[in-house]
Parts: sequence; C-alpha cells; structure tokens
Amino acid sequence: MSISTAIETMVSNIDASSASYLDACVHCGQCAEACHFYESTGDVRYAPVYKIDLMRRAYKRHKDPLAPLKKLFGLVPPELTEDDLNEWTDLIYDSCTLCGRCTIVCPMGIDIAGLVRKTREGFVAAGIVPEGLTGAAGRALETGSPLGIKPVTFRKIVAEQEEETGIPIELDKVGADYMVILSAMEILNFYEVIGALARIFKKAGVSWTMSTTAYEATNVGIQMGDKAIAKTLVSRVVEAAEELGVKYVVSPECGHAYSALNWEGPNLVGRNYKFEVIHILELLDRLCADGRIKTKGKDSRRLTFHDPCQIVRRGGIVQEPRNLMSKVSSNFVEMSPTGTANICCGGGGGVSSNPNAEGLRIRAFGSKKRQLDQVKPDAMVTACGNCRNVLEEAIDEYGMEMPVLGLTELLAEYLDD
Amino acid sequence: MTFLEVVEGPLWYLSATIFVIGAAWKVLGILRLGRKRDLSIPRASASIGAFKAQFLHFVPHGGFTFRTIYHLVAGYMFHIGLFVVMLFAAPHISFIQGNIINLEWTPLPYWGFIVAAQFAFAGLILLWVRRISDPVMIKISDRDDHIGSWLTFLVMLTGCMALQESVEALRATHMLLVDLWLIYFPFSRLMHAVTFAFSRGYTGAFFGRRGIVP
Repeated sequence: MSISTAIETMVSNIDASSASYLDACVHCGQCAEACHFYESTGDVRYAPVYKIDLMRRAYKRHKDPLAPLKKLFGLVPPELTEDDLNEWTDLIYDSCTLCGRCTIVCPMGIDIAGLVRKTREGFVAAGIVPEGLTGAAGRALETGSPLGIKPVTFRKIVAEQEEETGIPIELDKVGADYMVILSAMEILNFYEVIGALARIFKKAGVSWTMSTTAYEATNVGIQMGDKAIAKTLVSRVVEAAEELGVKYVVSPECGHAYSALNWEGPNLVGRNYKFEVIHILELLDRLCADGRIKTKGKDSRRLTFHDPCQIVRRGGIVQEPRNLMSKVSSNFVEMSPTGTANICCGGGGGVSSNPNAEGLRIRAFGSKKRQLDQVKPDAMVTACGNCRNVLEEAIDEYGMEMPVLGLTELLAEYLDD
Repeated sequence: MTFLEVVEGPLWYLSATIFVIGAAWKVLGILRLGRKRDLSIPRASASIGAFKAQFLHFVPHGGFTFRTIYHLVAGYMFHIGLFVVMLFAAPHISFIQGNIINLEWTPLPYWGFIVAAQFAFAGLILLWVRRISDPVMIKISDRDDHIGSWLTFLVMLTGCMALQESVEALRATHMLLVDLWLIYFPFSRLMHAVTFAFSRGYTGAFFGRRGIVP
C-alpha cells in the first residue's frame, strides 16, 4: 500500500466544489437520516458524513487555504495513515452505493456521494480495492465484460433473441442511427430485453445496431474509482460508435452506465463525442410522444416503479419512466418517497459486485422493504439491470414474493401489433 | 487606556481585520482551486441549478421534514434569533454606527430583544444538547464544533448581561469575546456562514446541467 500516493490523489481531487463542501459541513448529522445503510443497521459509522472524514482530514491538513497558518499552531488534523485507510475500506466500498440521497437532506447541499467517489480514487491509488471489483475490472479489460461475456457468447445470445422474435438484428451495421449498448447483467440475466428492443424498434421504424466490440455499458472503473479503467471502457464505446458512424448511442437500463457514458465520459476522454447519448427511457418516451410506438391494453396488476438512483436522482430522468408506466399500467402506484428522493436498492456503486458487502446489502434492503410494505404492489418495475438483480436477490432473502420487471420489456409486451 | 477601550479599540480593529482578511483569504483560496470544465452536453442550465439550490436547501425536501424536525426548528430558532439580535439590538446599532458604517435603522424594542435572544439561546442550547446526546453527532463532532458552539454561546450570554450597560466590565467582557469570536471565525467551521452558498451553488450547478437539483 502506498499511503503517500493515496493522500496525493485525494488532495489533488479537491477542487473548489469539494473544498466548499468540506468547509461548509457543520457536522449536523442529518445525512444519516437519508442513508439506507444507517437506517437499516443503526450503526453510526454509516453516517455519510463519517464516510468522508478522510477527505475532510486531507483537505484540512493540505488544501485548506488557511492550513499553513493553522499548522503553526498545531490546529490541523493528523496525517492519514494506512490504518485509517484500512479502517475506512468498508465505509467507502461496502456501505455506500453512491446513491446521493444524503445530498437532499443536507442543509449545505453537499454532494457526499461525489466525495466518496473521490475518496475511492485515493484507495485505488493505494491499491486497496475489494477483490470483487478488481476482478470485475480485470474481466472487463480482458474480455470486454465485467462478467466475462466474450463476443462469441454475445453473438449467440443475440442470435437466440433473433430466433425468438423472428426479427433480424444486424450487428456492426455502419450508418445505423442508433447503437445500443447493454449492461452485463442484461446480457447475462435479462437478455429478453434484446428481443424487446428488436420488437419496439421494428415497430417504430428505428434504424439500430449493436457493436460486437463494444456491447458492454457497465463501467467498473467508475464504480471502483479508477479513472484510467473508466476511460478505457468509455473509449471502447466511443470508438465503436464513431467507427460505425451512428447518430446516437443508446444507454441501457443501467444506472451508472448512463452516468459513465453521458455525464462523465466526455470528461474522461477529454472531448465531445461525434454522436449523442440518449438513455433508453428518453428514447422510448420520445418514440411514444411522436406516435411511433403505440400500445394496446394495460397491465392491471398493482405496479410500482423503483427509481434507479443514477438515472433519476443523479441523472435527471424523472418523468420519462412515469410517462411510460402510464402507457402500460392501469394500476400504477408510487412508493413514498419516490422520484428524486427514492430509496436505493442497496447494490449500486459497485456494492453488488463486492462480496464483502453482501450481508450489509441485504440488510440495507430493509429500507426499501418498508417502502414496499406500505404500497403492497403485485410487481415492481425498474429500469436498471443491476437494481433488478439486487432487488430480486433481496426479495428472495426476505422471503417475499414479488416479480421485478424491466420497463423496456413491459412496454414491448403491450405494443400494438 | 482602560480594558474596555482596548477591546473596543485596538483589539477590535485587529480582530475585525483578521476576520475580514481571513474570511476573504479562505473564500478566494477555495475559489482559486477552480473546477475542470465539464465537457458533457448539458440538459439544462447550470446557473439556474445553482440559483435553485440556494433556496431548495433552506428546508429539507424529499419527505425528510419530519425526520429532521429537531434540527430544522432549533436551527432556525438559533439563526434567526442571532441575526435579529446582532443587527437590531440598540447597542449593536450604535456600535456599528460608531465603528463600521454611519447608517441609521430602527432598533428593536427591549421586549423584542428579549424574545429574539430567548429564541437564539434556546436554539443554540438545543443544537448543542443534540450534539452531546445523539449517537451520530457524538461520533462526528470534534473540538471545533464544541468551541464554535461555546464561543457563540458566551458571546450571546455576556451580551445579554451587558444589555443594561450598567457595569463597564460586562460590556468589556462581551467585547473581548466578540473579538475572540471574530478571530476564530475564519479558522473554524463558523465559516459555513459564508461557504454554505458556495456548497449549495456547486451542487446545484453540477446537477442543474443534468436537469435536476437534488
């Protein structure tokens, strides 16, 4: 472990916004009220403000504009040590999904999740990253997918969906309007989404393709806090899309993938793309609004929608899923709180890829369960493959019976053929 | 030179200078760190997001009002009471006119001062009691949190004791504590009185581009 590299990275990550955050925090502790890990366990270590304490100490000692003067009087915190980093590992990686709900309740509006992300970058520099994440990163770099899905497997899965739907899916099609990318979880567990997209796009007359060199949207570099890996993974998608000359890349039902490609990607590769990024929910909503997709009938079950944090609260796509739900559900009920104040599934931010966090993740689902118990839905719809997988696992663990559906697939079911 | 003359004269000017230069140094130092230009294509305006965030965080949103009601009520009692007393107490107005800026405005009546001061005291005490009794706050509080609370409390307490202006020593004690408070301000978490606007603004701008202000 290189503690000095970790400190250097954390300090270099402190820009004007981080400094404002770390200076404005009055230790009121209200952020704890918003954290599902704290709520479900009552463990004060999980208070979001405590998670960013290493960053606060690095700032106060090294970057506070008055630090040199304060040092003369011994008024700066002690230097971070290896023991500190080891002690905080579970707080930085296991008990924070980067959901950002704590920002809502913070009187100072501090982006605590953003600071945790920056702390993770320090941990990456020190070489302290949970094995689950480093393993996923290794597979992503080697095979193109964090779950090790190789191009040959991807082709097979696509071929199966072609057979199932009877709709040809042209891979690597130069000049298509849209290039779809998918999350690893979708490709492996929820591959029916490929068929659903084929049916919807055929109906809407959308020209689309998928790349056999960049089919994977999951960006484990973003989750673990490794900018170099994040850049490599984003670059693959950018290069493939620009080679094919598509107008849009469609970000899939995956929370952080949208953030990685649309919001962070241009900053990682250092330039604007030659295409636009559109989230699948935005595209489907737009196609419905333009009358290119028509639906027939509605699901009469009591359905609720789980907002993926990175798409809704941190991605700005709030109304689109609700517009789509209104097209396919006659008995839609919102959880409380919902939308931007939704409660996380418990497995975002790389937590679901981290075996060390498994028990805690299941406990944190307790907050979501309380929401579900209030509205008692027959099924839950979401728009993130990772959320879907995490929710399904937790539902099983809690002995609940509730299907979790993907919104794209649900829409495809009610297409007016 | 009497003790009162020292704390209202040279020490006052020294502490006010440290306060102004220290706070300005801090703010400029933070702003100088800058932010990298965001190359992503904005969905909405960062400026509007920054503006909205300033107001959004005055009251907890997203269904948190009940869960944070203690801090909300105590926080507003303290801050509103403090600002009213600071700006509208008759002795403060005359001190400001004599030492800072020659403007006139109507002071609070005596009963108004008492009410505002009671609010400020109650709020501050409630916040501090929470700090020493709530498990989360115990875990996260440090020396700076307690010094800031106590220093402010003592400034307020001696201010009330000096209100009748019958004993010069009480006024001098109050002024000494005010001077210490001003010196402590830029080096402490009391700076949140200034940096809160930057904190809210940066978050509002960052997410405002994404079409949302959390």
